[in-house]
Amino acid sequence: MLTRFLGDIAFAEEAVQEAFVIALANWPTTGIPPSPVGWLITTARNKALDRLRREASRPERQHAAQLLNEVEQPEEHDVHDDHLRLIFTCCHPALAPDAQVALTLRLIGGLSTEEIAHAFLLQPTTLAQRLSRAKAKIRDANIPYRVPDAAELPTRLRAVLAVVYLIFNEGYSTSAADRMLRTELCDEAIRLGRLLVALLPQESEILGLLALMLLTDARRDARVRGGELVLLSDQDRSLWDETKMEEGRVLMRICLTRNRPGTYQLQAAINAVHIGSPSAANTDWQQILQLYDQLVAIAPSAVVALNRAVAVAEVHGVERALQLVEAIDLPKYHLYHAVRADLLRRVGRTADAASAYRLAFENCRNEVERGFLMRQHQSLARH
Amino acid sequence: MKQYLLSVCYPAGSASPPPAALTKIMSDVIALQKDMQAAGVWVFSGGLHATNSATVLRHENGNIVLTDGPFIESKEQIGGITIVRVPDLDAALLWAGKLSSATTTPIEVRPFMEHAS
Repeated sequence: MLTRFLGDIAFAEEAVQEAFVIALANWPTTGIPPSPVGWLITTARNKALDRLRREASRPERQHAAQLLNEVEQPEEHDVHDDHLRLIFTCCHPALAPDAQVALTLRLIGGLSTEEIAHAFLLQPTTLAQRLSRAKAKIRDANIPYRVPDAAELPTRLRAVLAVVYLIFNEGYSTSAADRMLRTELCDEAIRLGRLLVALLPQESEILGLLALMLLTDARRDARVRGGELVLLSDQDRSLWDETKMEEGRVLMRICLTRNRPGTYQLQAAINAVHIGSPSAANTDWQQILQLYDQLVAIAPSAVVALNRAVAVAEVHGVERALQLVEAIDLPKYHLYHAVRADLLRRVGRTADAASAYRLAFENCRNEVERGFLMRQHQSLARH
Repeated sequence: MKQYLLSVCYPAGSASPPPAALTKIMSDVIALQKDMQAAGVWVFSGGLHATNSATVLRHENGNIVLTDGPFIESKEQIGGITIVRVPDLDAALLWAGKLSSATTTPIEVRPFMEHAS
């Protein structure tokens, strides 16, 4: 909307982002206003006006300011509902996950077919077919264009959040060569998260997901050094993005006051504990383990069990963690082998650790991670 | 309104349920049919005999040729069909969910093409 009048997407986005930051700073204490989207649009418009006054030349200023003043407050309910209808339709569970992702990025993200194809390392024709088939399915099977009713909302919302998180993870597990392109996906996922928060502010899991993405994304500049992967414990913490971390923390505070935990909120909380320590050595593993215990209680899975085992190693010892890991069945998951390898290394089973790193390497498809895993394997295989 | 075909799918290698279970399935399916009729969504339904009772007919060189057996030889089979008339896919999926509980099998939900009537 602002873009129409300002003709500059970046300018409009910055204004919206500023509004969002203010919202997050104030809403924990003042409460969320009755029409959050309206509030955001108004605030963003005022921010844009302020900036125009400061920066644009006089004729430009007058023209743009005039246009801005003419922005009608849209029937907020309609804009709001329209966005929600679109998001829930794009993420309908009758569509395959990759179709949901493609549609969401195309219709809500506004990315071009070429941009999406490039980001996912697909041929544009492949992606165009995927979009076309998805739209045909929506039409032929008559997938309704509506917001799910209260009974179905929790399940349907989980599907939407899964799509957004998938987009984020696709962007985050980047290969060094494609790095610039992939960060666009992270940014897009975060933007979608913010939109969802504005549309459904009472849904704590959305806040949780946004917090999780922000707290993770805050670390991206420290993650790769010289084309090589840097583990969390070795990262230069001064490279972490404080603004994103603060935004994440504010969201977590809101979630805590509501006390309706869910999987994304818990994962965000785990991230927050990691990030909250001044150094890797000071990490509060007890608290992390407690959070994993909660996660296991509400959403048990092999991957959660694996991640929990990492915390168990710190709190109850490596042997205990190794026992847990040996009982987990994830033969194709590269991180399973990497975790197992690290534990084996720590108990002195060097040859077994080397083999496990090799398995991790073989099951990994990300170039930067593969490099890391191969180096680990080689350093142990030399013994 | 749109019509959807709900097909009862027997996965490959699935055996017929024991008699007691089968009785419950039959009564659940009949009860669901009554619910569908009461809701005004039921168009048609029926169970199918196994695929070895099927016959395929085709024209070849001006003759009618019959083949004993189904069109597609596969371990998966369609055990029955229900046709519902509902506003959209979500409504069809709701009924398919109930049918799946009654039959204890997967249900394929497929839209009919609109035709000028």
